[in-house]
Amino acid sequence: MSDLTKLRDLTSLIAMVQGRYVHTIDDGDCHEWPEFFVDDCFYKIISADNYARNMEAGLMWMDSKAMLRDRILSLLEANVYERHSYRHILGQPFITSVEGDELESETSFMVARITREGPTDLFATGRYIDRYRVIGDDAKIITRIVVLDSSHIDTLLGFPL
Amino acid sequence: MNASEKISQARPEWPAKDGASLVPYWVFQREDVAEVEREKLFNGPIWNFLTLEVELENVGDFVAVHVGETPVIVTRGENGELNAFENRCAHRGSLLALEDRGNVKDFTCVYHAWRHSLEGDLVGIAFKRGIKKKGGIADGFDMSKHGPRKMRVEVHEGLVFGSFDPNVENLKDYLGEEIAQRITRVLGGRKPVILGNYIQVLPNNWKLYVENTKDSYHASILHTFFTTFELNKLSQKGGILVSEKGGHHASYSSVDPAEENGKDTYKQQKIRSDSDLSLSDMTLLENFREFGDDTTLQILSVFPNFVLQQIQNSIAVRTILPNGTDSMHLKWTYVGFEEDTPKQRKIRLKQSNLIGPGGYVSMEDGCIGGFVRRGTVGAPDDSAVLAMGGYDIKTSDDRITEAAIRGFWTEYRAKTGL
Repeated sequence: MSDLTKLRDLTSLIAMVQGRYVHTIDDGDCHEWPEFFVDDCFYKIISADNYARNMEAGLMWMDSKAMLRDRILSLLEANVYERHSYRHILGQPFITSVEGDELESETSFMVARITREGPTDLFATGRYIDRYRVIGDDAKIITRIVVLDSSHIDTLLGFPL
Repeated sequence: MNASEKISQARPEWPAKDGASLVPYWVFQREDVAEVEREKLFNGPIWNFLTLEVELENVGDFVAVHVGETPVIVTRGENGELNAFENRCAHRGSLLALEDRGNVKDFTCVYHAWRHSLEGDLVGIAFKRGIKKKGGIADGFDMSKHGPRKMRVEVHEGLVFGSFDPNVENLKDYLGEEIAQRITRVLGGRKPVILGNYIQVLPNNWKLYVENTKDSYHASILHTFFTTFELNKLSQKGGILVSEKGGHHASYSSVDPAEENGKDTYKQQKIRSDSDLSLSDMTLLENFREFGDDTTLQILSVFPNFVLQQIQNSIAVRTILPNGTDSMHLKWTYVGFEEDTPKQRKIRLKQSNLIGPGGYVSMEDGCIGGFVRRGTVGAPDDSAVLAMGGYDIKTSDDRITEAAIRGFWTEYRAKTGL
């Protein structure tokens, strides 16, 4: 298999996985969101400014799949906010490196937020900086750094991006 | 407009004589109140939090911040002293700093290249003498009489405060001994490291968030996450400290095993907070002993708009900035310390999930002010009632009180004359 064919296959695999990922958050059952990750994953949401300055903290900072589950549990059972939903629009994944069964990729996103039956508002733009492990016909996220273009967050950040 | 319409649009009188048992909703809504705040608070005899001193280590370091809605530059000057002045060119008013931070020799306005020193003095005018004896600045123009407004600057435990009023009392006296000591408790004797900066844009007047930070009554009712994992219950040992004039406060609590018999209180009150939720990854709640006491939570505010937060080992400073009457910016700075071990740092980073715009125990505060704004649109002449814990503004050893909120309004009214 040529390098180009392999890269094309991996790109379409990641695009497929990410298509399911946004479906799960926007239109599916967000309990399933942690299943896109390996058990000892790392997930962080950070601003581009803080990322460029090597700041350590995140708006979310989670280093296990169990913590991702807790996030969803807390959102659905404990936290208080006005009902809202997201609409993710993703760009094509850009695979930046491949090493054995692991690869790194970046994907641009835009997320609109719709609060109750209110207007559609642009909530966030940015990019995912990811490390994936390819497992058979699937790929799981080892690390996802969600880099937000802006440091401004409107009202609150509940559900993951 | 006829005379009666003019009267109805004039600012109403505050409904209560006692200070702060009633807070009229118009105080969150009216542009003329914001005008008074600009003049009497943010430009008046108060201390505004500007930045952490650690942001300004070297000569020429600067940060661009806001005091109320006024843009301000804070610098480390040539002589090593801190300075703060309006981010506004002496000439025609353009912003001088166009970045949030950096290191510079001076501030040269992009518009006509008028140059300002790190101390905020106008020191250079492009083509001052004109070209070939033509043009140039007017005869007798005195650069020392032109320049952005300067602030007085003072520092307590690495927190840099500034005031536009040269006659403001010293920062130490302004804070008072108890509040100063409780800041020292968290920050004293060690060098902070900034772990993150965020701005949360809230859809409400800035004073609604101030009320929220001083409201120890709501904490365990609105924020269910806290109570579910027994980080903070009103039945825990704790209390609230209100400064003499009312404007500053500290609310604190500590784990007290002897209080375990109070655990049925929430069930009896039928409060939503009581549930059987349990975390899969309990490492979120890991902590380390940092302060030499048992206090697991301390929320401290300095009048009018600064908050220092310690929730377990999660330390942050917050500035509450107005953005018109119906919006505000909440500026978060997450803090660690240079002396942190890798394990301690990781605990702080993990605990940062509790705080900020997406925090388990803070996200509700992002929307509650908006609910109040929307709920009160049609009721400018009605009032919020602050009767929990009586009507005084006294320090107490319980937290089921609104004394600190009444304290804020008491000092607010004294300073603004409203």
